[in-house]
Amino acid sequence: MTVTTTVRAADAITARGLTKRFGATTAVDGIDLDIPAGTVFGLLGPNGAGKTTTIRILATLISPDAGRATVHGYDVGRQAHQVRQLIGLTGQYASVDESLTGLENLILIGRLIGASRTEARRRARELLTQFRLAEAAGRAVKTYSGGMRRRLDLAASLVGRPRVLFLDEPTTGLDPRSRGELWDIVRELTASGVTVLLTTQYLEEADQLASQIAVIDTGRVIAQGTSAELKARTGADTLDGVFLALTGHGACPAGPTDDLEEVTA
Amino acid sequence: MTTLSPADQPPARVAPMRAIQQTGSLAWRTLVQVKHNPFELVDFSVQPVMFLLLFVYVFGGSIGGGPRAYLQFVLFGIIVQNSLFTTLNTAIGLSTDLDKGFSSRLRALPIARFAPLAGRVLADVAKQAWAIALLYTVGTIMGFRAATSVPAVLAAVGLVLVCTLAFAWILVWIGMLMANPEKVQIFGFVVLFPLTFTSGAFVRTATMPGWLQVFSRANPVTLLAEAARGLTVGGPVAAPVVESLLCAAISVVVFAPLAVLAFKRRA
Repeated sequence: MTVTTTVRAADAITARGLTKRFGATTAVDGIDLDIPAGTVFGLLGPNGAGKTTTIRILATLISPDAGRATVHGYDVGRQAHQVRQLIGLTGQYASVDESLTGLENLILIGRLIGASRTEARRRARELLTQFRLAEAAGRAVKTYSGGMRRRLDLAASLVGRPRVLFLDEPTTGLDPRSRGELWDIVRELTASGVTVLLTTQYLEEADQLASQIAVIDTGRVIAQGTSAELKARTGADTLDGVFLALTGHGACPAGPTDDLEEVTA
Repeated sequence: MTTLSPADQPPARVAPMRAIQQTGSLAWRTLVQVKHNPFELVDFSVQPVMFLLLFVYVFGGSIGGGPRAYLQFVLFGIIVQNSLFTTLNTAIGLSTDLDKGFSSRLRALPIARFAPLAGRVLADVAKQAWAIALLYTVGTIMGFRAATSVPAVLAAVGLVLVCTLAFAWILVWIGMLMANPEKVQIFGFVVLFPLTFTSGAFVRTATMPGWLQVFSRANPVTLLAEAARGLTVGGPVAAPVVESLLCAAISVVVFAPLAVLAFKRRA
């Protein structure tokens, strides 16, 4: 690692001891994160590991029971309004209005964040073109395919040109082609300097996109590093192996890849 | 800690004018849905007219001394009933947004917390204005004649709209507390149905048993129906109008903050 204690790139996201309980279940159990600006950080873990809850806390949707988190220095609890001006959120639960058209959805968001009618329309058209939705712009979202729908979700979170983007399982349920398209979009975004926090249950996705990966299980970060570091540390040569070595159980039964290798840990 | 220079500091809160614009944008969103789903028009156009025809021509002879006389009495009762039932649609719509995740999208945006709720309330009041115009027109064709003046009739309509806007916050609050739209529907119906039908909206409270009269006379629906009736076909005006506005003020002051708080706390 080349991180020094004196000079360090400003962190886009930090979390200290983040904890969230739902009744008797501790969904997030003391998570610490330091995510440098301009990087893609992957939160990797199975269903129910606490990934979505972590994202929802960081995106100001729920407040933690303990610990604190910041986005570009702003506290996600006390300075939620400032945080909301810096972030974009895409997840299966952060949806668009299905009865509106793609264009109307993006215009609505543009207007909500303070753009003029003309500017909101211009930005909406620009994003629809960028995400190859220009032809479907005037159709109600409920007629969209899964891939189109997910591209619109992503476009909706980019209307305000966020500096930090939360992508909660952006490709879950997508076919391989749509998944590849979405990966390309994420790569383009990061090239433009956006910080991305991505959750995924797919090992290949984390490997493909994230420069740093935190493996989380039952609400805790159990390992963190680059894909290569994690492999070296556990002696496994795939992320599947890493996961198995760290947790003693598999990540998820069915990933998007057909090349899940047999692992002997 | 932060890399932002002071000039880049994002504002710490939503400016009041911006919050009003956001409410307007979200009201637009609800109204534009009607364009894509014209069937919704049936919901807030045909249904109230059917109610009016049913009450006047089916029940009118039995309870109101003939359809024509009963029409004079019941038109604004139905307008009030329809307005209150609209508030249930408001709550169901908001609950659906919570359910489908659209609210999460909105809550992650730098907008006023009340805007999503107020936007929906406002849009439904606009739909209600349309329904009232329609009911009044159909009522006039059927033979309704206001005994007062045009300004008084407009005041009655304005009063109903203001009270709907205010009472909606009670249902919005319920909508924020209930787990899903189905539960909102059931709960809202269980509250609204008896409240409306034990009021003076459709019948004179004096014909009810004594114990029910006590309840009915204190019922805000009775107050509003009497106020609207007083302003249009004659009868006491000052007391029911003031009392209705008082109920409206209490609804907003108590339930709007509760609703916004419940919305913020919603996981």
